[in-house]
Order: sequence, then C-alpha cells, then structure tokens
Amino acid sequence: MLITSLYNYWIVIALMMIGLYMVVAQGNLIKKIIGLNIFQTSVFIFYISVGKVDGGAAPILIEGENVYSNPLPHVLILTAIVVGIATTSLALALVIRIMRAYGSVEEREIQAEEEKREIQAEQEKREMQAEEVQC
Amino acid sequence: MDLVLDIVLLSLLLTTAVAIAWTRDLFSAAMLAGIYGLLSASFFMTMGAVDVAFTEAAVGAGISPLLILATLALCGRKQRSDRKRALLALGLVATVGALLVAATLDMPAFGDPTAPAQTHVAPRYIQDSMAEIGIPNIVTSVLASYRAYDTLGEVVVIFTAGLGVLSLLLGMRGARETGTALQAIPRQHLVLRMAAKVLIPPILVYALYVQFHGEYGPGGGFQAGVIFAVGFILYALVFGLDAVRRVAGNGLVQFLAALGVLIYGSVGLLGMATGKNFLDYSALAGDPVSGQHIGIIVIELGVGITVAAVMMLVFYLFSEQLQDRNDAPEQLSPGRAG
Repeated sequence: MLITSLYNYWIVIALMMIGLYMVVAQGNLIKKIIGLNIFQTSVFIFYISVGKVDGGAAPILIEGENVYSNPLPHVLILTAIVVGIATTSLALALVIRIMRAYGSVEEREIQAEEEKREIQAEQEKREMQAEEVQC
Repeated sequence: MDLVLDIVLLSLLLTTAVAIAWTRDLFSAAMLAGIYGLLSASFFMTMGAVDVAFTEAAVGAGISPLLILATLALCGRKQRSDRKRALLALGLVATVGALLVAATLDMPAFGDPTAPAQTHVAPRYIQDSMAEIGIPNIVTSVLASYRAYDTLGEVVVIFTAGLGVLSLLLGMRGARETGTALQAIPRQHLVLRMAAKVLIPPILVYALYVQFHGEYGPGGGFQAGVIFAVGFILYALVFGLDAVRRVAGNGLVQFLAALGVLIYGSVGLLGMATGKNFLDYSALAGDPVSGQHIGIIVIELGVGITVAAVMMLVFYLFSEQLQDRNDAPEQLSPGRAG
C-alpha cells in the first residue's frame, strides 16, 4: 500500500517544509531557531524511519530474537541530538548578543538600526572633514 | 497497532509544528517545542530506537525549551508579523515540498527488510558485534567502538559549542548589583521545593545507572550526561543559581568539559603508545574483548563528563544573563520556567 509505506516520509517532508518556512518567512530570530530545530528533528525522524525493519526489535541483543532494527541510524541521530542542542545554544547566545547590540531580535528592526548607524557614521565623517578644511 | 500508533504520533507532531509556526507568542512556541520534543521521543520509542528516544526526551523536552525560555526572558516574547514575505515563502516551500514528495515515490517501502539501508553494514553489526565487542547493546558497540573516531568528533563539537557560548556570553553581565542571577523561588512554594528535593537524588542516581548500564541496556554517555545536567538545572531553578554554583562552580564545569574530551583522546593515544591504531581498544587489556569493555567504559565516561559539563555551563551562562533584566516585564520567574 502506497500510503502506509510512504506516510512517514511525507510527514518528514511536511515537517521539514514547516521548518524551512519559519526560517525564510519569519523575521524573529528566536522563531527562526525554533524553525531550524523543527527542520533538524524532521531529519532525525527520517533517519529513524529508514532504519526501521518490520517486526524488528530494539537493537539490543537478546536470545531468541533474530530481527533487529538497523542500529547505525540510531547511533548517528543520538549523537546528532546532543550536538544539535549544543549548536542551538550557540545560536541562542548569538541572539542574546544581537539583542544587546541592536535592542531587537526582529530582522527588519536590526536592518533599520544598522542603516541608521551607517548614516550617522557618514555624517560624523563629513563633519570631521569639514572641520579639517576649516583648519 | 504499531501502524496506528505511528500515524497518530506523526499527525500530532505535524499539528504541533503547525501550531508553533502559527503562534505569534514566543512563550507558547517554546512550550509547544517542549511538547514537540516529547512527541518525537515517543515516536522514536515506537520505532525501536530506545537510545535515541532517551536522548530526545531529555534534550528536546527538557533542556531545549528551557534555553529558549531563558532567551525569551531577555529578548521579549512577542513576535511582529511579517506578512509580506509569507506568500513568497509559501511558494518556495510548496515547490520544494512537491519535488521532495515526488522523490519519495522511488523510496523503498517503510520497514522493508531488503531496503539498501538494511543490507550494507547493519547485518555485520548485528551478527558480529557480540563476538567482536562482547556487549549486547549494538548501538553502544557502534557508537563507542566501531565508530569511536566519529564520536570523538561529536564530543569535540559539543565542547567547541560550549566554548563558543562561553566566549559570547562571558563578561556580558551588566548591572551586577541589581540582583542575583536566578533567585530561589519563595519559601511558600512548598510543593515545588519538596518535589524538587525528592526528585533530584533519583535523577542523579538514574543518570549514573544510564551511564554505566549503557552496554547492556539503552543508555550511554550522551544520555547520562544530559540527565545528570538536568538534575543540577532543576536544583538551580528551584533553589537559585548561587546554590547550585556552591556545589559545581563555573570553574569546575569548565574544567570538567575539557577533562571529558581529554579522557577520550587519551584512550586513543594509549592505543598508539603500544603500537596499535588510534582508539584501538585491544591495546588496553590482554585479550581484545575485555580491552573493548574497558575502552568503552572509559570513553563513555569521558563523553558523559563533557556533555553534562557543557549543558551545565551553557545553562549557567544563560541564567547569568537574566540578572540585569530584573525590571523587564517579560521576566520569567524560575517557578514558571520550571
């Protein structure tokens, strides 16, 4: 049956696209990071789904059990989850620094603030040059 | 039954993800992210990925929402709407999604035992790991022995991320005098205080069990490290940051984060010193299988120490940031964050 045999993959794609949408469309940096996390989890779900074998037990050897799920995706994803939280915390730390520097975590406001600062810097430069000419 | 569970859990995950994308209140987004983590842990459980479910439950439903909440306390919980870009992004997402769906039509069916993913190295791990490594948990065998070099890389990444957070947030503290970082919750919250006091010792003992039982059951250094850190974080949330730093100070966790990587790397170098390859555990004992045992226990300990220390370090740094924000309206009281 097509639907039950590919259902997992389609959900993975839907989750991945929701994550991608949040990263692209939403201007709030924290929301973007949550979106990246959803994207990341969708990849985890994909790997674990690929590793599933029908009727397979959890990959811990016991007597009388012959069919096990594939252990390799489990290893990759287990480490990826912990690495994921470490990198997420790094991203959140960057957001905190951006908040300190610009007073906002909205992309547009950060950009507006940056432009304002550029204009200010240019004005100051011109004033300096004007003073030099006067001297 | 398995199929029904699979479909229900994945549908719930999808609903939660849509709700997270929809809401403009970042506080509820963080809470929903916790639910999302717990749901995906349950899903991993139904897939037989017990070790992964373990990790995801501790990380996705525990530490991750907590760090997001700490960031929200500093950056505000309201998100401004950005309608202009929504349409363009929807177009992009729909196109990419449609292409990916078309690509899945060639995928081997879910659970197919003859799929390419199942027929390469996996049979070897399942059939030979008992004879070669001598421990029942295949995931631990692969993680700590067959792919030990890879795992060393992961541990170094975690350590480096911890260093990154440290260098970004250290010395960023503003008005120190306005209050302590994360204060203990008031004394009248007896239920919270008692519940925490009762819960913390079992959490720590359980973390040690997960650490040292990882060869025989689900568990290992990554899971144990996260669970151990959660015990300390719970203590900090209820009794304040200063209380937990009397037990494990900033200097100590920084030292431990490096120590774990050092232990791991030293095991590898020990192999080289006796003329074997890097991370070849057979150098550690007379016969190869008991060498594997010793090697796995030691490197898992290294992993556990680094993971626990980095998680605690990151949590300390984030909650130290909260102190000069005591006047902000969105400030989270520790009780609510827990």
